[in-house]
Amino acid sequence: MNSLGEAFIAAWQLLAGFDAELAQVVGLSLQVSITAVLIATLIGLPLGATIAVERFRGRQMLIVLLNALMGLPPVVVGLLVYLLLSRAGPLGSLGILFTPQAMIIAQTVLIAPIIAALSRQTIEDAWREYEEQLRSLGARRLTAGMTLIWDTRFSLLTIVLAGFGRAVAEVGAVMIVGGNIDGVTRVMTTTIALETSKGDLPLALGLGIVLISLVVVLNALVAVIREAALRRYG
Amino acid sequence: MAIVRGVVLALTLLGVLQGPAAWAQQKSIVVASTTSTENSGLFKHILPIFKTKTGIDVRVVAQGTGQALDTGKRGDADVVFVHDKVKELALVKEGAFVNRNDVMYNDFVVVGPKSDPAKIVGSKDVTAALKAISAAKAPFASRGDKSGTHAAELRLWQAAGVDVASGKGGWYRETGSGMGATLNTASGMNAYALTDRGTWLSFKNRGDLTIVVEGDKRLFNQYGVMLVNPARHSHVKKELGQSFIDWLVSADGQKSIANYKIGGEQLFFPNAGR
Amino acid sequence: MLPLEFSDLSYAVGDTRIIRGISARIEAGPRTVILGPNGAGKSVLMRLCHGLLIPTGGRITWHGARNGDVRRHQAMVFQRPVMLRRSALANVVYGLELAGKSRRESGLRAMDVLEVVGLAPYATRPARVLSGGEQQRLALARAWALGPEVLFLDEPTANLDPSATHDIENIINAIHASGTKVIMTTHNLGQARRLGDEILFMSNGRLMEHTPIDRFFREPASAEAAAFIKGELPWQ
Repeated sequence: MNSLGEAFIAAWQLLAGFDAELAQVVGLSLQVSITAVLIATLIGLPLGATIAVERFRGRQMLIVLLNALMGLPPVVVGLLVYLLLSRAGPLGSLGILFTPQAMIIAQTVLIAPIIAALSRQTIEDAWREYEEQLRSLGARRLTAGMTLIWDTRFSLLTIVLAGFGRAVAEVGAVMIVGGNIDGVTRVMTTTIALETSKGDLPLALGLGIVLISLVVVLNALVAVIREAALRRYG
Repeated sequence: MAIVRGVVLALTLLGVLQGPAAWAQQKSIVVASTTSTENSGLFKHILPIFKTKTGIDVRVVAQGTGQALDTGKRGDADVVFVHDKVKELALVKEGAFVNRNDVMYNDFVVVGPKSDPAKIVGSKDVTAALKAISAAKAPFASRGDKSGTHAAELRLWQAAGVDVASGKGGWYRETGSGMGATLNTASGMNAYALTDRGTWLSFKNRGDLTIVVEGDKRLFNQYGVMLVNPARHSHVKKELGQSFIDWLVSADGQKSIANYKIGGEQLFFPNAGR
Repeated sequence: MLPLEFSDLSYAVGDTRIIRGISARIEAGPRTVILGPNGAGKSVLMRLCHGLLIPTGGRITWHGARNGDVRRHQAMVFQRPVMLRRSALANVVYGLELAGKSRRESGLRAMDVLEVVGLAPYATRPARVLSGGEQQRLALARAWALGPEVLFLDEPTANLDPSATHDIENIINAIHASGTKVIMTTHNLGQARRLGDEILFMSNGRLMEHTPIDRFFREPASAEAAAFIKGELPWQ
């Protein structure tokens, strides 16, 4: 028996006979991870930009901390968010455990540090190049920060995409806080985990191939945009 | 400004800003249950029937029995549907749950490699078989995750008079994971394992494994359902939860359970109120 | 706001003294060239004047007042132009909007300036794909658009070929002719001769001479200046 061969056949069948259930799982994966990336970007980008252009006490510590947080284990994040959102926890009254919102929160916690840390690096490099010119033109920190974000937008897009890749591919956190409820919180990765535990390895791997293809297509898309943009805007 | 407006629009489209209210409006309950019932496909069979009858959407969170009981205790589910009768009754007594009912049973089987190093194929005496496995130091894969199956397995070892602690790291291997994952492990290293029949029947990656011991009365596996105590957790949807419990033990619910078959084989045997 | 005066101005980073007690008075009118070898402290002096660096000793005064709101009235062009990742026109508009001009006014003014520096046909081109010489012209346009009383130029042609250098020098003269005080650094004697009315000659963090251009080349007062003019490099 050839599991890999079967997996590719299963993946092909999944894609070819794109059934409603699969569509829903893929759709929810995208909805949760895209939302988490948007929120994490809204938090991480301004944070990264601020750290890049401001000088304050404890800045170096904060950078070290952010860089360390990039490697947060998803299971730990899941557990923390679970304990927060559990009825017995501090945010229990929201009643959003085992909902997509809980998954969005967990993924946001997971990737906001990644986006903050990487954009800090990118924006700080740009700041080194731009600082004198922007100060000469009389830009205040806020304006300078916005200008840097705008000018590094294509690099930042890659960073945001890295965040998305991490969010959409992680299973530990969403499994714990989402509960892998059929039709409600079941996403691609938790489906893969479930099918693996059912011993249906070809189907699990087939889904994995669908997931990887999706991420590859997205990355290719951004690479093309970036390439075109660099040629256009220099 | 255009950026901010774009983000708000995107979030709205993605349904984030609807908030939890939108979820609460639907008639739904959360049931903490076990991986074995979920993996066997039983819920996929019975829940649509229940939904048609009552309009209630049942959201199953499949965990190990130990974790499912904890989820219920914390108030994160409305109903738990698990298989560790001893522990269930203890928790009812303690006040964490109310209205416990027997629902159904299935049975455990011992699976093992066709080469059968412990020479136990066809045995109907599970404790003798376990003794033989330990005597032969044949590899055995245990859940090791405090699940209902794990608890049942430990009771059987005890009945067989085998101290598995001495085999840890050697022939006795704890996977610390769900039933399916443990079967994957057993299949990978040609080990014996105790599994519920439902998971086994729907398990596809069997490799060289086959059923070696079945039919012993001590291998019966009782499932029970109970409501999270609404006196402890006021948000518990007790009417909706109770109607699910009532349906499971009703003639209609029991018949639906009996009707679930894989390859012509019945997986669960309803025994509510008996 | 001129004259610009330094008294005993110094600047140090740690133990390294880069500017060592310079006193001078720069009047409105003539094109001032700060001349000297690499490492003499020319660029640092200019950054101190422009307010990008804070002196560690002495003081700078504009028309007798300390460096307060004077940034509004000055602009600076750097050796390597920093082009924002947007169109040529938008680069000029950016500076104008920062200076508080309305979007409409900025657009009109920016087009005018691009016209003068010969970049009008490239207005919508991304600034970063322009050639080095075009980028420096754009940087000049961005600075000039602000209508500064004083324009600082830090080695504006150091990275350019002769033809581009020629264009830049013409624009600098046009800016001067329009009534803006030009203060520039260079290590290029030819450029100093072409563009300078008066020379501040610096060596090793000190101001060696402050003289009109023809006297500087005819009879340099310091040995360092004489050696520099001869093309010798005694400081190495």
